Amino acid sequence: MDFLNALILLSNFVIVPSITYGSQLALGAIGVTLIYGILRFANFAYGDLMAFGTMCVILFTWLLKSWGVNLGIFPTALLALPFGITLTIIVSLFFDKTVFEYYRNKKSSPVTFIVVSLGIMFVLNAVVRIIIGPNDIVFMDGSRFIISAVDFKEATGLLEGLTIKSTQVITIITTSLTCFLLFNFLNKTKTGKSMRAYSNNEDLALLSGIDPNKIILITWIIASILATIAGTLYGLDKSFKPFTYFNNLLPIFAATIVGGIGNPLGAFYGGFVIAFSEIALTYAYKKFIFYLLPFSSDSTNLIQYISTDYKFAISFAILVVVLIFKPQGIFKGKVI
Amino acid sequence: MFFKANNLSGGYGEVKVIENCNFNVNRGEIVSILGPNGAGKSSAMKAMLGMLKLESGTVVLDEKDISNFNTQDRIKLGISFVPQVNNIFTELTVNENLEMGAFTSSDDIKDKIEEMYDLFPAIKEKKYQFAGELSGGQRQQVAIARALMNNPSILMLDEPTAGVSPVVMQEIFEHIIQIKEKNIAILMVEQNANQALKISDRGYILVTGQNAYHGTGQELLNDPEIRKTFLGG
Amino acid sequence: MNNIDAKTSFTIMGFLLLIVGILQSWGVAFSILNLCLISAIMSMGVNIQWGFAGLINFGVMGFLAIGGLATVLISVPPVVESWSAGGLGILLSLIFLILIIYACLFINKRYSKYKYKYHLIFAIIILTIPVLKLISGPSIKLIESINPAAQGYLGGLGLPIIFSWFVGGLLSAALAFVIGKICLGLRSDYLAISTLLISGIIVSVIKHEEWLSRGVKNVIGLKRPAPYEVDLQNSEWFINLIEIIHFWSPTTKGIIISSSGIFVKICFSVIFLITLLILLYLSERAVNSPWGRMMRAIRDNETAAKAMGKNIVKQQLNIFMIGSAIIGFAGAMLVTYDGLFTPSSYQPLRYTFLIWVMVLLGGSGNNYGAILGGFVVWFIWIESAPIALFLINIFTFFLENENIFKIHLIESVPYFRYLMMGVGLLLVMRYKPEGLLPEKKIKF
Repeated sequence: MDFLNALILLSNFVIVPSITYGSQLALGAIGVTLIYGILRFANFAYGDLMAFGTMCVILFTWLLKSWGVNLGIFPTALLALPFGITLTIIVSLFFDKTVFEYYRNKKSSPVTFIVVSLGIMFVLNAVVRIIIGPNDIVFMDGSRFIISAVDFKEATGLLEGLTIKSTQVITIITTSLTCFLLFNFLNKTKTGKSMRAYSNNEDLALLSGIDPNKIILITWIIASILATIAGTLYGLDKSFKPFTYFNNLLPIFAATIVGGIGNPLGAFYGGFVIAFSEIALTYAYKKFIFYLLPFSSDSTNLIQYISTDYKFAISFAILVVVLIFKPQGIFKGKVI
Repeated sequence: MFFKANNLSGGYGEVKVIENCNFNVNRGEIVSILGPNGAGKSSAMKAMLGMLKLESGTVVLDEKDISNFNTQDRIKLGISFVPQVNNIFTELTVNENLEMGAFTSSDDIKDKIEEMYDLFPAIKEKKYQFAGELSGGQRQQVAIARALMNNPSILMLDEPTAGVSPVVMQEIFEHIIQIKEKNIAILMVEQNANQALKISDRGYILVTGQNAYHGTGQELLNDPEIRKTFLGG
Repeated sequence: MNNIDAKTSFTIMGFLLLIVGILQSWGVAFSILNLCLISAIMSMGVNIQWGFAGLINFGVMGFLAIGGLATVLISVPPVVESWSAGGLGILLSLIFLILIIYACLFINKRYSKYKYKYHLIFAIIILTIPVLKLISGPSIKLIESINPAAQGYLGGLGLPIIFSWFVGGLLSAALAFVIGKICLGLRSDYLAISTLLISGIIVSVIKHEEWLSRGVKNVIGLKRPAPYEVDLQNSEWFINLIEIIHFWSPTTKGIIISSSGIFVKICFSVIFLITLLILLYLSERAVNSPWGRMMRAIRDNETAAKAMGKNIVKQQLNIFMIGSAIIGFAGAMLVTYDGLFTPSSYQPLRYTFLIWVMVLLGGSGNNYGAILGGFVVWFIWIESAPIALFLINIFTFFLENENIFKIHLIESVPYFRYLMMGVGLLLVMRYKPEGLLPEKKIKF
């Protein structure tokens, strides 16, 4: 019984949140890694692209709600998602045409691309704040819980109640579906394979007659879709605040590098590595241990590895370790 | 002549690396471009592929002047190229490498892939492995097979035997002879002049960016002066 | 040619500040000038790393925060109760921390051939963190419980705040040494990402270790190297001075108060200007020395420099430390000028990327360019709100004041500065990638 209680406690506060957060990071990291693999630069504007996509989804959610449209127990945002994605794709392609294309043709250095992406970061940052403001926005509607603690306790008679929020389930399902489609696309279709080929060996791809413009176009489209989905899922799960989205860029970069930059499957795993370490290392295990130990311990010290304040610091620390020992990422060799 | 390159001159900026070079090759013929290091062999091949800026000269494929075509357009016309290095997609499987070779063709490529596996049986059993995991000789076979996938009329190879063991070199040359029998024009840059000439119908010897000698493989091999200067006695 | 450009640019900048003084107020003009001066020093620091050595440092925020922390550690009087309550524990933990670091370094050096060396170091770090927490935990709790409304931390050394600028520089250089050791061998984009992330760690440490910095509770009322307004308002000589300057009408209490504010700002301006000029002189000397030429040679062609037998990583580490020291110095200056230390205000956009915009816009590789960039960008940063408001009013003149769209736009005025920075950066990168004042081409 106590063992079950402990397990449920762990699943409530570590396992389920890690999978959810990991999914959100994974989607973002795949987007960053694809851009890196194809366009060959680290896109610092990606966090703000996520914010932009989410903002569009929120605006459409409000519009749909004002028309009285909703999805019942599901959040209306899911219905608004395609519209948000479309707008985000348009914005990405706009910046590619007006900004990145010029430097691509000039064959500028990766550093120039980074600097230019900073410019776009500033612009998107401003656009989002001007349109929707800098404040916290909650746009989750529909039912809140799939399993609520009270019901669970009543049903099972356990001390700990299993809580699963609907946003967590939505995140996990959406991520699985998106990744399934994406990896099928990359592995099974001709276009997807040509993207991988271009990312692996640009010169030979050109010699094989692969059209770089088409590849780049598709990359921006996929990256925008991923940014919008990841941002929306994060916003549904927590809330939308432009500054948080900028900050999320940091663990996303960490996940990307941990997985081996340019490697989509690595980025996927990287997201979960980062999420699990962030959450598992900052969780206070006091109650968990209380259930498992035969005697009651009266320790006032929280049994917590590192304080929650250092959540972000953990992902950075992992990143630094990876950079020093395995700069090619820990999933090198397992390409897609 | 099926493929003609006349009076090619060009280089990188101020530096001229090839001057008034002429090459031609017919279908079903193997032609080698030989010469000492830095003679401009690879640059000459790049010039024919549109990867090196030409100052003068024309490139004609099947009576069609393609001098102003970019590399991608030349490839669509049926010129295939196997670079010396980085000539496979290491992170794609062997099968996917072949598929990428046929990227521009829209018809069913299954038969074509099977044809390649018949030609290169060694890579057939590795078809679902990443090309990067193969041995040097197998990689080279994948590279050539990839280039053959889009039904080229002319195949250009840049030092296909660089850095492989003598046994593997023989193997690759045998494959090249097999390809020739498919009525494809083959133009290759080679470092191993002796062996290359043995399988070549004709050869060109470049010295400091210019045509120095030209003749059939046998003629060049038998010329004592050429033997002394370029073939090491 | 270049010099004339620099002179004209700075003259124009001066005129702009003059206009602000006349149109808005002299107080605003001088506070813009002061922050322009500080920004100029920050961008000089980044310029030394990026412009002269090609090192991409996105951790500017971290060094500025360290500089800021130095002001607290140096100038604030020590909190005696805290020291007696938890000082011993903190010192013990510090000794323990140093021991851990030494142990790691020792293993790294002594067992450099040992296969599981890194695993061992990793294990040591993982295992000692809880011990460290155990040692320091009770003391931290004690310290933070002492007069939490105003103190709850160890305080500083109680020295004049000017010292903290140098200490800020030194701390930053020490930090840069550690970061440089870890990251400098990396590819440029990895260096950018990892410095950005490390600066995040630094700020979160400063934000959360309340016993050290009061964290999010902020430290207010820091000392000043300049006189205080209240003292001026009550001193005979100042009132006389104002009466002389303000000869055309009787001096009221209001004028005295506002003049005292401006006078303080002028004092700061003088100090900052002198600092900037000294740093500029040193930096110009360094850049034009054989060492400076070597750094640029490394930047332009690392392979060739390596072939010439230069120890590149060592040289890059040196310049990374120097640049970071200047940034830390400027960070301390900024906190001194603000008079308060607010760890939660450190955000990458304002404290890292804005400084980068200054360098890129001003002209990387040129000290004068970096300074000009600091001036121009800070000026735009501050004045963009009134300019945006002005433009919004012009373009929406046909809408009534109650129009929701217009109200929304006017409420978002503060964010137009980001837009201007972004667009400005993109335009400069496209049409004048070498910046306003390009690097002088030096003949060898």
